[in-house]
Amino acid sequence: MKPFSRRRRGGVTATFDAGEAALLANLARQVIELLRDRHGESVADSDPLAAQLGLDGPSLPPEDPVLRRLLPDAYSGEESGESGEFRRYTEQALTAAKVSHAEAVLSSLVVGGYDPDAGEIRGQEPVEVELGPEAVQAWLKSLTDIRLAIAVRLGIETEEDAARVAVSDDDAVAAMGDVYDWLGYVQESLVSVLG
Amino acid sequence: MGDVPKTAPVEHADTEVDSDVALDLVVDRPWVTIVWNDPVNLMSYVAYVFRTYFGYTEEKADTLMMAVHQEGRAVVSSGGREEMERHVQAMHDYGLWATVQKDEA
Repeated sequence: MKPFSRRRRGGVTATFDAGEAALLANLARQVIELLRDRHGESVADSDPLAAQLGLDGPSLPPEDPVLRRLLPDAYSGEESGESGEFRRYTEQALTAAKVSHAEAVLSSLVVGGYDPDAGEIRGQEPVEVELGPEAVQAWLKSLTDIRLAIAVRLGIETEEDAARVAVSDDDAVAAMGDVYDWLGYVQESLVSVLG
Repeated sequence: MGDVPKTAPVEHADTEVDSDVALDLVVDRPWVTIVWNDPVNLMSYVAYVFRTYFGYTEEKADTLMMAVHQEGRAVVSSGGREEMERHVQAMHDYGLWATVQKDEA
């Protein structure tokens, strides 16, 4: 990956290897699927305002630990009992927003030359993404959602857990840990050019 | 108290209730938005969110970010309940772990 840099005329740009672009697209799609599993296509496809004006959503937190981290309870302390009511009126809008961020990442990659239907990655051109202000926000948020999801699956709850994953003997854990670290690098590179 | 009409004690009681409510409005604990530490979010990103969403200076954003990181949580905003709910919803959109509650102080 060629890290993010600022363009003269505004916006930021970065270049991903075809394999990196495919990986990022795959992860973004998984987040979308997971969010849609809870709310169904119709809600996740609608815009946040429509979702907000639509029918009430669930008041119980998701059972899936990843979804529970992406859509957390909003109240704490003595008022933590208020979380269900708040969730009922806001969770669908939050879900729709998160889906749209992930879709924005996918669409930036496609515009940059990523072909979702290409079977073979080898020999494909690098993918150069160019992000305006709105896409920057979507990327920041979606990269965060993806990293949160992977962290939950890896059992990263403390700083020590993160260090433990990095040196895991389990090849699958170590590989997922590498992806997690790489996504952190991508996000750090994006934040650093925003000033 | 001999000349006070019969209704006076009731009115007096009403007045006392009203002043209690007024007192509550002044001294009651405000609602706060709390951001909690997590091992995932980058320190640079958390500070960026505090700068861009809340409009805080770099210095204040960095101070709050470090408070979250070192103390496990920090109050990043306080005020009316609905405003704090909006903030928490926005923080969740950014992927930060945030909650609203009455200030514990």
